[in-house]
This record gives sequence, structure tokens and C-alpha cells, in this order.
Amino acid sequence: MVFFIITIIKLAIIAFVLLTALAYLQWVERKVIAHVQVRMGPSRVGPHGLLQPLADVIKLITKEGVIPPHVNKFFYLGAPFLAVFMALISISVIPFGTEVTLFGYTTKMQLADVNVGLLVILAVSSMGVYGIALGGWASNNKYSLLGGLRSSAQMISYELPLSLALASPLLIMGTLSLREIADAQSGFQLGFIPKWAIFSAPFPQIISFLIFMIAAFAETNRIPFDLPEAENELVAGFHVEYSSMKFAAFFMAEYANMVTVCSVATLLFLGGWHPLWPVAYGSNFVAPVVLFIAGAVCIYHGLNPARPMDKYTLPAFGVIFFLLAALMAFPPVIPVLMPLFWFLAKVGFLLFVFIWIRATLPRFRYDQLMGFAWKFLFPVAVLNLLVTGFLVALAS
Amino acid sequence: MDLFFFLLFAIIAVVCGVNVIAQRHPISSALSLIGVMGSLAVLYLLLGAAFIATAQIIVYAGAVMVLFVFVIMLLNAGAEERTGRRSLIAQIFGIPALIGLLGVLCYFVQRWFPNAGVVNFDAWQGGSAQNIGYSLFTDYLLPFEVTSVLILIAILGAIVLARKELD
Repeated sequence: MVFFIITIIKLAIIAFVLLTALAYLQWVERKVIAHVQVRMGPSRVGPHGLLQPLADVIKLITKEGVIPPHVNKFFYLGAPFLAVFMALISISVIPFGTEVTLFGYTTKMQLADVNVGLLVILAVSSMGVYGIALGGWASNNKYSLLGGLRSSAQMISYELPLSLALASPLLIMGTLSLREIADAQSGFQLGFIPKWAIFSAPFPQIISFLIFMIAAFAETNRIPFDLPEAENELVAGFHVEYSSMKFAAFFMAEYANMVTVCSVATLLFLGGWHPLWPVAYGSNFVAPVVLFIAGAVCIYHGLNPARPMDKYTLPAFGVIFFLLAALMAFPPVIPVLMPLFWFLAKVGFLLFVFIWIRATLPRFRYDQLMGFAWKFLFPVAVLNLLVTGFLVALAS
Repeated sequence: MDLFFFLLFAIIAVVCGVNVIAQRHPISSALSLIGVMGSLAVLYLLLGAAFIATAQIIVYAGAVMVLFVFVIMLLNAGAEERTGRRSLIAQIFGIPALIGLLGVLCYFVQRWFPNAGVVNFDAWQGGSAQNIGYSLFTDYLLPFEVTSVLILIAILGAIVLARKELD
């Protein structure tokens, strides 16, 4: 019974935090792209546009949900639901920290500790293509049909290098449970190089990490592989006929998939919640120092305001950052918050890379996309797997 | 609890299975087949075989059926038209004969396996991914390799057939 209540509470917290984070990921993306392109980005709703996600959600909910007369209604309405369902379900097996003890109850920072966690994520993400493919087909529109077809072909092709890239670090860890995978990467070589899979002993997994990230861009339909929704060829691709919340569901699914993929990359290649350098050399001070610097920068710009509102908003953010820094330096919470900080920092960095690349690279042509997957990525992934297997067998 | 989930997903599997042939549109049939695969995976999970359950989803629901749906969408196959009435014999005796056949099957299953219990892969200590991998590469190495060669031959055959049509 206690387990049941704890699970319900965890479920509520994770659902709330995740959905808020997805909404704000959209804000971060717009801000980052804007600054890359020397623009301001959203700045009207709330200070620095911080309430923009809320305004977007209200707009999308209150919009009229148009159902075109020529669609297959059952699949048309089911497809966005399916996409968002499959995207959110894989979050449940991802561990994001060690254990937390509250009021005498100890619980893992994870919803379900499955011993084949990685396979569950692969299974669920391979089902995710149905949402897009069916949405494109059920809309009964040639643009959306082409978008759906492209997305199925692309996701089938890129699933192969993705899975092969995942297999090589698994050879070193020897387990499929995501928690054990992360814990196998604790500790340091030569006293300071972390035992993350990208630095690991028999064969550093840097190649499979790069293959995984490239395939992940294609799996989540992001630029430079966002052919399913290429605006200049397909209007909007598979979601041409979707409006209001049904459209928002596809967007939410894309962002949730990004979070999942970045979490998997963090857990498998970047050591999960284990710090970049040993605690003995002060890795526990990274979080307070970074937050303190962020607060100091906010205060400084608040005192020298570039815009009239800045002298009120930036000091407020500065105080928030200082409070967070103080919390991170508070000894009793360090064992709980420090792993969480490192995990979120790595996931956040990878998400930033996703956005950065979207702001930098143009879109591939469709034949380039397929040729790249089958003629380059797949052979390199196979070769990497063979070399890793050979070296692991030699080392053991 | 186990029995409840078994009955739930067994019923879903059977209903989806019937739906595969009852639906007129190929996409609906293919999706019903995915329902069958998914409920089978849950049944494996109830038996304690988590690895086989996820493999079932990845291979059948995730890869094979995606290709099916992809081909159906690519050919843009429409709903099949059922012209002509069924024969009089099928109309009158169809359902009674089906029930009779199921009854005979149930009878023989009861006769042959009177004390059938629930299979549990956990008790057998072979359901985990490590155990399956270990058995595949030690005790069952030859069948495993022969199967992979068989699949290779099938792939080559598919390529040869496709080439012929191109030339």
C-alpha cells in the first residue's frame, strides 16, 4: 500500500515537472534560435517572454478543433493521442538520480526499475512511428501522406544504426537495466578520468555516441533530418490537417522524444548522474558556483539595465539563483540533489545541442538522408560493434 | 491480479484477432494485428519473460508491422468490396459449426493436459536476457547460427527477386 501511494506521488511529480519542462523547452528553443539569429525571441508575455508557454497552451486549448470532412475520423483522432502516449510512456523507465529518503521511506528516483529498461525504451519508441504514419495517412491529403511515408521510412532506416550504436556500450556494461548501466560508469580511471562509456577502458565509445546522436536526430524528426515536415516541399508534412490540441499533441510528442533520447544518451554514454571529476577535487561545488555566477550576472545586468523592465526582473532572477546556489551547498541535501543536478545538466546540454544544430544546419535532401543512413552510418556502426566486441573479449 | 490481467489481455488478443479478418480496410486489419502482438507481449510479461515480451514488441509490433502499414500506405490500398452474398450453407451452419469446433478443441485440450498449470519462466530461471543469451551461445549455438544463415538466404532471395523486376 505504501509502495502504491509513493508511486502515485512520484507519478504526479514526474508528470507535472515533465509537462512543464516540455512547455519551457519550446521557450528555450525559441530564445536560443533567436539569439543565434541575432533576434530577441519571445519577450512580450511576462518578463523575457517567460509566460509565453502558458499563453501558447491557452491559445491552443481555446482554438477551434477543426475536423476536415474528408478524413478517416477514428485514425485521425487516434494518431496524435498515440504519438503523445508512446512518447510519454518511455519516460517511466528512465532513472534520473540515486535514492531519496523522506519520512523513513526510501524510494528510487525512477518510476519503474525494469531489468530490461533499455529494451522497453526501444520497443516503445519503435511503436511511436505509428502516430506519425497514421496521422499522415488518415488526413487523406497528399502532403500529409508523403510526410507520413517519409517518416516511417526514415525511422525504420535510422533505427538500425541507433540500435547497433546502443549495443556496443552494452557489451562493456553487460546489463540492460538502465540503473545498473549508469552505476557501472561510476568511479574514475587514473584517478581523474571518469569511467563513462565514451572514455571507457577497452574501447572508448565516442564513435557509437556520435552515431547514436545522429540517428537520434532522425528518430525525433529534427533538423537536419526533419524531412517528414519539410515546409518548402510538404507544406507542414504529416500534421497539415491538424489544429488546436491535436496539433499540440504532435509537438509535445516531438519534445518528449527529444527528452527521452537525451536521457538515454546521458545514461548510456555520459555516465548518468556521475560527476565529471571526483568529489575529492570538488565536483560538489560545481552546482553552487555555476548558480552563483548566474545570479551574479543577473544582478550585474539588473544594475546596468539594457531595457526598462530589466532593473526589476533581473535582480529577482538573481535572488532566485542565489537561493538555489545556497540550497545546492546545503550538506544534508547534497547526496540527493547532486546526482540530480549532474543528470539534468547533461540532459540539458544535449538538448541545447539539439537546438543549436537546428539553428545551424540546413535540411538534407531525401536521397542524401537515406544514402547516409544505409551507406555510411550503418557500416560504421557494425564496424564499431565488431571492434568493441573483439576488444571486450580480449580484455576479459 | 495475474488472472485478471491474463483474462483481460487474452480477451483483447482474441477480439483483435477476430477484428483482423472482420475489418474491411487493410490498415484497420494491420492495426488489429498490432493489438494481437501487444496483448501477446503482455501475456509473456505475465509469465515472467520480460525479455521475450520486449523482443515481441520490437520485432513484431515495431518492425514487421511498421513495414506492413508502410506498404499498405504506399500502395494506398482502399477498403475491399465484398460483393455477392455468402452461401446458404455458410449462413446457416457457420456459427454453430465454429462453436462446435471450439468445443471439440477445448475437450481435447482438457483430455490431453488435465493438470495444466500456469507456465512461469521465472521459476525456470531462464527468462532473463542474460540467461537467454547464455543458452543461445552455448547449448543452442548450432540452431542459432543455422537460423541466422536461413535469414541471410531469405534476404538474398528477396534482393534477387527485386532485381529481376528492375532489369
